[in-house]
Amino acid sequence: MAGKYLDITGVGIEFNTGGTKFRALQNVNLKMEKGEFVSLIGHSGCGKSTVLNIVAGLLRATEGGVALEGREVDEPGPDRAVVFQNHSLMPWLTVYENVELAVNQVFRKTKSRAERREWIEHNLKLVNMDHAMNKLPGEISGGMKQRVGIARCLAMQPKVLLMDEPFGALDALTRAQLQDSLMRIQAELGNTVIMITHDVDEAVLLSDRIVMMTNGPAATIGEILQIDLPRPRDRLELAEDPDFVHLRQQVLEFLYAKHVNPDTKARGEAKPAPLRDASAPAPDDDSPSGGADTQAA
Amino acid sequence: MSDAAALRPDDRYRQMISGISSKTFLEGLVLPAIGIFAFLMLWQFAANRIDTSLGQFPGPVQVWEQVQNLADEHQRERQKETEFNQRQEERNAKKLEKNPDAEIKWRDYTGKPTFIDQIRTSLWTVAAGFLIANLIAIPLGIVCGLSAGMYKAMNPIIQVFKPVSPLAWLPLVTMVVSASYTTEDPMFDKSFLNSAITVSLCCLWPTLINTTVGVAGIDRDLVNVSRVMALPWFTHIRKIVIPAAIPMIFTGLRLSLATGWMVLIAAEMLAQNPGLGKFVWDEFQNGSSDSLGRIMVAVLVIGFIGFALDKLMLTLQKRVTWDKNAVLR
Repeated sequence: MAGKYLDITGVGIEFNTGGTKFRALQNVNLKMEKGEFVSLIGHSGCGKSTVLNIVAGLLRATEGGVALEGREVDEPGPDRAVVFQNHSLMPWLTVYENVELAVNQVFRKTKSRAERREWIEHNLKLVNMDHAMNKLPGEISGGMKQRVGIARCLAMQPKVLLMDEPFGALDALTRAQLQDSLMRIQAELGNTVIMITHDVDEAVLLSDRIVMMTNGPAATIGEILQIDLPRPRDRLELAEDPDFVHLRQQVLEFLYAKHVNPDTKARGEAKPAPLRDASAPAPDDDSPSGGADTQAA
Repeated sequence: MSDAAALRPDDRYRQMISGISSKTFLEGLVLPAIGIFAFLMLWQFAANRIDTSLGQFPGPVQVWEQVQNLADEHQRERQKETEFNQRQEERNAKKLEKNPDAEIKWRDYTGKPTFIDQIRTSLWTVAAGFLIANLIAIPLGIVCGLSAGMYKAMNPIIQVFKPVSPLAWLPLVTMVVSASYTTEDPMFDKSFLNSAITVSLCCLWPTLINTTVGVAGIDRDLVNVSRVMALPWFTHIRKIVIPAAIPMIFTGLRLSLATGWMVLIAAEMLAQNPGLGKFVWDEFQNGSSDSLGRIMVAVLVIGFIGFALDKLMLTLQKRVTWDKNAVLR
């Protein structure tokens, strides 16, 4: 594969927690093409978020590096926008202002005031949130907040869109709606996306490739699964599609047969619990970095 | 979109709240009234049994008389002032009539400051002290909250100076001000500066500490969002740090103002700087049969002003806070 667009080479990271060293990632290699949609899947604590944070520039790899369009990534920037799991909108800014903050930062010099306004509205329309522009995040539902979070990232016109379990905190119906929206938008704009997920169906439905990670410590990429299902994809049709079922099966096999969640194994459960607990998303903290990177700002 | 339905429970909740508040409106009025009445009875009862060298301890009735006296005194003094100024104007006008080139002198009226004047002085002083303190404490608190290193450097100093009584600072402040503030035409009285600076030295700490805690506690994800957007540091502070820390900053401000107001009265008493503290001290030294009643008026007024200042801050906090559902009290 050519894969010149985004290049993750030999990435490893070691955290220093109170004198003891913890190796979270080792030798992670991934090359992506422009417009590709890649999902990262793996058990909790396998370092998926850490990979994403390194690509985002929020964490610095101990060895190896990330290059985007041939340029090394060493700090966060709007060309690698991140959609966080818990939407992370500023609660004191309206929906419009939240997107505006990003747009003003990225297009301050290149777009006029009117153009920026139009651009903000355009992006909110893209995620069907133009009706609530003047509402505060506290006044809208979780699914709507995440839509705005996505609009904020899209509005930055990132080269890569990074999504850290974007729908993990949502109920199943809202999640399905947002997945469909994301598919539509990605088909329209051709974004390059890396998405972390716990949800096997979501991964198969949305991705061009699924990157399956082994368990930590020293996690790395276990297998990469090519998803060659034709687009546009329809969740109802796919549910009975043998290819879809087979791909899904392969992911499940990786997760539950080859790389059982260490917690489950320790408890000696015969049959692993369903991967996703829809009502309560795991209090996700894949990166053991804790608050380390907050203070660095 | 199903999302829209999520709004409704919130509205219902608000309705419920407003329903309760209209129900408790009577209780909110009646119960405090009973409390106040009981207090007044107890006060009168106790006052009748306390004899001092300045006569009986004043009950509510005597204190109310003194309120009226103090108001009358103020009006009389104001009248004297206007009369004085009128006479002066007339004199000057006559002078100018005789000789248009005549030199005109204008003397300010120098009467004894009344109770109302003292209140005004105290309010100005506390406002100035509070302002000086916050101009230092808020920026410093933001820096300490953002930088762990800066916090570690500042922490010992904060911890040592925080518990210092203002009255220990007062002699030092007085000496420093009289040594360094030596202009020909001073914009402020030295006594005003002494009191204000002493107030600042005590107001500083609660705002500083709360601002630091508020800034250090900003949601990590919001900081990461800011980093991803690559916001310049000033925009970061203006758009993210300050709004996020506003609730804690206001907690600090309210504590500061309450401390400042208490400190001010003590400082004025000790240093004989004009203000309510001086009024109390003068009355105490005066030792007339009315003195205790007048001091009691001052006590109540100090209390009411303290209460009003806190309410003012609360109102301000409600205006600037983004979390309209937060319960503020």
